[in-house]
Amino acid sequence: MKKGLLYLFLILLGWVMMYPLIWLLMGAFKTNNEIISGTSLLPSQFSLDGFVNGWTIGSQYSFTLFFTNTFAMVIPVVLFTVFSSSIVAYGFSRFDFPMRRVLFSAMISSMLLPNAVIIIPRYILFNNLEWINTYKPFTIPALLAGYPFFIFLMVQFIRGIPRELDEASKIDGCNSFMIFIKILLPLTKPALFSAAIFQFVWTWNDFMNVLIYISSVRKYTVALALRMTIDISSGVKWNEIMAMSVLVIIPPALLFFCAQNYFVEGVTTTGLKS
Amino acid sequence: MLTAMAVQSISLNHRINKKKYTGLIYILPWLIGFLGLQLYPFIMSFIYSLTEYSILKEPAFVGFKNYKYMFTLDRDFWKSLYITFLYVIMAVPAKLVFALFIAMLLNMKIKFVNFYRTIYYLPSILGSSIAVSILWRYFFMRAGVINNMLGALNIKPIDWLGLPQTALFTISLLTVWQYGSSMVIFLAGLKQIPKSMYESARIDGASSLKVFFFITLPSLSPIIFFNLIMQTIYAFQEFTAPFVVTKGGPMKYTYLYGMMLYDQGFKFFNMGYACALSWIFFIVITIITLLIFKSSSMWVYYESEAGS
Repeated sequence: MKKGLLYLFLILLGWVMMYPLIWLLMGAFKTNNEIISGTSLLPSQFSLDGFVNGWTIGSQYSFTLFFTNTFAMVIPVVLFTVFSSSIVAYGFSRFDFPMRRVLFSAMISSMLLPNAVIIIPRYILFNNLEWINTYKPFTIPALLAGYPFFIFLMVQFIRGIPRELDEASKIDGCNSFMIFIKILLPLTKPALFSAAIFQFVWTWNDFMNVLIYISSVRKYTVALALRMTIDISSGVKWNEIMAMSVLVIIPPALLFFCAQNYFVEGVTTTGLKS
Repeated sequence: MLTAMAVQSISLNHRINKKKYTGLIYILPWLIGFLGLQLYPFIMSFIYSLTEYSILKEPAFVGFKNYKYMFTLDRDFWKSLYITFLYVIMAVPAKLVFALFIAMLLNMKIKFVNFYRTIYYLPSILGSSIAVSILWRYFFMRAGVINNMLGALNIKPIDWLGLPQTALFTISLLTVWQYGSSMVIFLAGLKQIPKSMYESARIDGASSLKVFFFITLPSLSPIIFFNLIMQTIYAFQEFTAPFVVTKGGPMKYTYLYGMMLYDQGFKFFNMGYACALSWIFFIVITIITLLIFKSSSMWVYYESEAGS
């Protein structure tokens, strides 16, 4: 009896939590009139108008371009982040070098440094380097392991791998880089995966940075494109916006459904062992 | 013989030195990024804050004029700071309480835990997307979904986004809805509390309320502390929600500090002034973070202490 109530409560609360997303999904298949005037959750008939008309904006641009742009930005960022963070984590967790502790605490405390403080000088710097309106403000920091969260995640993971494995291959004549590539990298796969999917979702969803660094519509990511659709002043077509919103959240949602355990893993290793 | 030993020792020295710096080579990418993309901008931010700078013209040194203006003449500054505090105080504790509540529900012996975890976690994965902010705007519009529901219950529509009293609440609600990662961390923390502790408490006849306050909360306190720090720093800098959902309105009642920084820096191109704003912001966030750290000795229990 008590258990039954618990389940009922969990399902009801779950419904409330999911309701906005379900509504978004259903709204995407409604006509604009039905969205504005109708009150039912389910569309009276499934219409694809929102998808068909929402895909193109004006005469020049379509979501084909915006999705291509987004992938062109996100995929290098993810790959660079995973590679650079794991190499740096390897350095921190397996080697002793001068000022190691100082640098490690600098890395950890840079996690707490509010991004807001450096965003303007960074913009000025990138502007001087002529990186504005390119994806370099995203890819270069990724290449330089600019996300301490992921370094920390990898350090935690590598620390859990017994050093004997490295030692054994050292005797076999591997140099330290070979040990990293051959021994550690395969073993850290779960952490690499966690880092990759987190970085994918974060970069995919990123709004403020693309807003600042990307200025021409030709380079817009899906986040900027969505924002453009609601800023069109005359007669906002909600069904088109809903339809495109659904498409925009599908990649992160899919990734979440397929790799949920990696999300949980990633969040808990950084959260619990700090 | 002697030379042979000397050669050997030199090469040994060389090997040690080489070894000594191998680690540095591996962390080099981060070091370059840290110096060039974090430390340098951080210092420059202060230098720019002493200038008038519009990016089109060279920065002109003006001393502490920006700070003086901020504290004495800029009404937006005080209002925005106040509203940001209000928002953080509203959103962060509510988010953490809610996250802990759900985590405790999911920690009970229930079937299909993974199914429920998926449902409760998903909104957070998608929540930072602008798509969800747009949806939020639609839900709370005058003729939006929430008012339609209230209408069905014969309640008068409320202008959620148009009233100063409700607009910030609506934004906070969006933040609270993204409780997922805190929840997952709590859930993992709950699983680490030894079952024996609960059992012995039950044998002693402790009520479940007592168990919660004397076992669960203290055991979780390091995790609560971690979540509190991260979520507070994060919430202070919120930008997307007010920018998309309310555009800072009505009458700047949701004009969070992050939005003011954006406007000054990238809309009006008052880069020098924006840097001054960001430095004060940095100091405020640091003080709050330090206060939380300081307070932690009073309420955070680490295992080793509990054992003694």
